Order: sequence, then C-alpha cells, then structure tokens
Amino acid sequence: MVEAESRYRKKRLDRGIKVRADTIFAIASYREMLYLILPRVLPVILLLFLPLVLTDYWGKVLVYACVYGLLALSWDFLASCGLFSLGQAFFLGIGAYIAGTLSHYFHWPPVITVPIATLGGGVICAALLSPVVRLRGVYFAMVTLMLPLLLMKMIETTGIFGGTHGLSALKPFPKGWIGGYLVVVVFMASIFIFRRLINEDYGLVLRAIRDDDRAVMSAAINIYWRKIQALFIAGATGAFAGAFMTHHYQFVGMSAFALDYSILPVAAAALGGPGTFAGAALGSMILVPLSEALRALGGMRIAIYCVILILSVVALPEGIFHYIERKYHQFERLVRVG
Amino acid sequence: MEGEAILRVERLNKHFGGVQAVFDVSFSLRKGEFLGIIGPNGSGKTTLVNLITGFVKSDSGKVIYRGEDITGKKPYTIAGLGIVRTFQMVRLFYNLPAYKNLIIPLSSSRVKKLRGGEYGERDDIAVDLLDDMGFERDSFVPYKSAGSLPHGYLKRLDLARAMALRPDLLILDELFSGMAMSEVASTLPLIEKFHEEGLTIIMIEHRLKELFRVVDRVLVLNYGQKIAEGTPQEVMDTEAVRKAYLGIDVEIK
Repeated sequence: MVEAESRYRKKRLDRGIKVRADTIFAIASYREMLYLILPRVLPVILLLFLPLVLTDYWGKVLVYACVYGLLALSWDFLASCGLFSLGQAFFLGIGAYIAGTLSHYFHWPPVITVPIATLGGGVICAALLSPVVRLRGVYFAMVTLMLPLLLMKMIETTGIFGGTHGLSALKPFPKGWIGGYLVVVVFMASIFIFRRLINEDYGLVLRAIRDDDRAVMSAAINIYWRKIQALFIAGATGAFAGAFMTHHYQFVGMSAFALDYSILPVAAAALGGPGTFAGAALGSMILVPLSEALRALGGMRIAIYCVILILSVVALPEGIFHYIERKYHQFERLVRVG
Repeated sequence: MEGEAILRVERLNKHFGGVQAVFDVSFSLRKGEFLGIIGPNGSGKTTLVNLITGFVKSDSGKVIYRGEDITGKKPYTIAGLGIVRTFQMVRLFYNLPAYKNLIIPLSSSRVKKLRGGEYGERDDIAVDLLDDMGFERDSFVPYKSAGSLPHGYLKRLDLARAMALRPDLLILDELFSGMAMSEVASTLPLIEKFHEEGLTIIMIEHRLKELFRVVDRVLVLNYGQKIAEGTPQEVMDTEAVRKAYLGIDVEIK
C-alpha cells in the first residue's frame, strides 16, 4: 500500500466537453448530453415527485425548506450586487402582512392577494430600503437587521394588524396540495430565473457594482437605481414566500418578522455556496430537513445543529455546491510517478 | 478665442483636512482642444479630475460644461453627459473576459440613446471596439479574462471602456504610467486619432516628451495651484515651472 502510494499519484483532469464560443455548444454523444442535462433535470424531477411520496409531516418540512429556499435565493441575489442583507424576515413579513390584511379585511382569495403581496411587497421593500442603498457592507446589514424588529415592535405596541394575536382564519388555498406545489414550482422557477438573470448583461452590471462601484459609476450607470431594482426583485421573492405562508397556514402574526427568517437563509447560502443560487437552494434543502431530523434529540438539537453548521463551513468554505460542481467536472485517476 | 468653450472650471477649491489639494484653479477648454495637465506628485491633478467628474465634492467653485453647471452632480450623471474618464489605477472587472468589461458602459442609457436604432448585439460592439484598440478580433486576447492580461493591455482596456461611452470630453488620468515604451508607442497614435476625429481630451501625464508631442496647451499645477498655462514651449520657459519641476532656482546669480 505504502509502496503503491509512493509510485502513483492522483491526477485530476477537467472534463472539456463543452467547446464554448459563448453561443455554440458542441455536444458529441448521448452520454455527454446526459452529463449536461442530468444534474439540471434530476433535482427538478425529484422536487416534483417528493410531495407525492412524502408523509404529511415531511411534506410540511419540504414546504418550509422551499420558503427558506426562496429567502436564501433572495439573499444571494442581493449579495451578488454587493448588498449584504440580514433582513430577509423583513421581506417575508411585508409579504405576509399584505396578503393577511387583504384577506382578513377584504376577504380576497389567494389568487388576488398573492400577486398583489408579491409585487406590492417588492415595491415597499425597495422603497423603504432605497435611502440606505448608499450604505455598504455591515452598515447596510445593520439597517436590514433592524427593520423587521422595528415593525414587530410597532405591531406589538400599537395593536395594528391584529397586534400580538395576529390575523387568523384567513382564506386558504383551494386545496392543500395546490399550495404545496405552488411553492415548489415557484422555488424552482426562481432558481432558473435568477441563474439566467445574473448571467445576462443585466446581472453582469449588478456583479460589477459589487466588484467596483466607482468603475460602474464612471460608465454612466446609476448604481443606486440598479440597486433599488435589485431590492425590488429580492423583496418580491421574499414577499411571495410570506404571502404564501399566510395563506398556507391561514394565519399571519408577528412571528413573520422572526430573526430565524433573516439568519437561516444566510446560513443556507453560506453552506451551499453563495453566488450560484443553486447553492443557496441546496443549502436550505439540507438545513431545514436536518433541523427537523434532529428534533428527536430534544434539547441538544440546536447545539448539534450549530456544530454541524460550523464544521461544514470550516471544512468546505467554498460551499457544498461549488465543491460538487468542481468534482462533477473532474475525473481522477492514478498515474505512475517517474 | 476660437470655438465654443466646452468646459469651464471656475475657482475650484478642495481641501482634505489641512491639505489644500486644489486651490482656486480656473481654466477653460475649447471643443476639440487637447489639454495636458502636468505637475509634480501630489500637486492635485487627480483631485482636479475627481472634482470635474463628480467623484469628489468641491468646497467651492464651479464646473460649467456646455453652459450647464455640473458642480456636485453624481459621477454617473456627469459620465452620462459625456465627460468620461479613465483611472490612474485601472479599475476593471478582472474575472470577466476582456470584452465583457465593455458590456457595462454599453448597457448605459447614454449608449442606448446615442446608438438609437442601429443598436446591435452588445458583445459584437464590444469586440469591434476592442479590435480598434489593438485587441485583435481573431486572436484570443479579447476573450481572455481581464485579470490574465498584461498591464499595457489593461490600460488600453480601460481606455476602450471609456471610449465605449462615446465621450464628448475624455479625461485620461496617467494613462501611460506603468506602460512599457513600446506600449506607449502603440497607444499614443490611438489617442492622436481620437483627437483628430474631433474629440476633446484632457490628459494628465508624467511623460512630458510624449505629452508635449500631442497636446495643444498645457496647464501646470503645483501644491494645488495653477502656476502656468500655455503651449508646451511657453510653459517650459516659465520660471515657476522649472522651479517646481527641477527644484532649482533659475535666478541664481
């Protein structure tokens, strides 16, 4: 064994089947087509099938994972244009309360309230955060962290929107499974759209703002307006998740602004690998079920959960998705040394 | 004075803490003129550029561009009006392919407006522009990531990025610094060509020989103050300039 190790070493090669001239893909065989398509199609099939086979309880976990996944995508999108947010709960809560209010006071069905909450939530988030888009890094993060807490306290003390009791007995989705599928489909569509968007020229400009905002300004691009647009897109994504939750659970309360919704998406994106969207999605698909699976351990749950999180971030700082992607495109073989 | 003034700088002031970086500087620039700005290190040349392009707010004074007061406007607004600059320390997007760097200016509303109906594929326009700058289209150079290109190319890429905006006034902040002689020799004709095509240019430069060959007029700064202005010959004959540059008093008996 030792002898073998001394005479052989591992050689890693990158697969080079994609001959790229930006618009031309040369694909030679079925196997290579599968090689490209499989990692994209398999998760889609899996996610569409899962709600059919899962038990009631794990179905609920999947819905939760999708909600957190949407928030993680929204976080990743903001991060890719240099806005590090710690306030995904703000997006979620705004959407949840818009849908809840419309449903409770006007008795509108989800078909109307969810789109209104999504777009309206995006507009409100962008408008409320627009004065602080000039802030960078930790300062922007601080403001986004404070906003949901501020709204929570406001609702608690003034008693508006049902105060501490929240608004209950809201209109549900016509059938339970429609709700479940809605969030799964929107979640997958969001991954697809975000991944496309960030590689278009529009996303290129956003990424450039993150890298060097002065250079983008000198190219006659209003970076603040672009950031506000990004806030709208991310806000609308989070607001949809909130509006969905409101109707799915037929309840909206102050818990929509809970810190969990701000922190967990960041953890999911960090675990999965930021900047790819698929990583953020993968991260939430791991973290949420993991936290449920650990429930059996009782009190030690959170502690073990944290240890797992820390270990994975330390061991794979690039994120799980980057790691898998890299390994998928490599093959290893032993070659003789000398 | 022939031609209309495209840019007028009136008594511009800027201090950083106790340092007066720019002190009461005034000058004006005709359309199509080529102005050189020289001065020893720390004389306020780059600050002056930052003040004109809006990256730094002035304490007092005015910048008038085509009769419009642009003092205190945002950098992107000023760039959108056609005052486009390059940076002394190139600011590029190193992980993007070279030609993709031009997509950013090409997606600005200024370019959309100027190109109007003939607006084509941005990638093609970008490669065309780079081809003009000596990044040969058929070579691999325009498609390589900017981070892997040599310094001379990066400077020219920065120039290409500025030209992608179709500027009316181009400000070059030490374009030649860090360039090899051969790179300077290949870049200088490009700039002369832009000038002959009618572009107004302000050029900050330490390489006086190259600068004096191309500019119409020179402005000399020292400790933030304008100490001389005129043709290259006039300026070099000025006593204050020689003192600032050579550090000797030419009036020694």
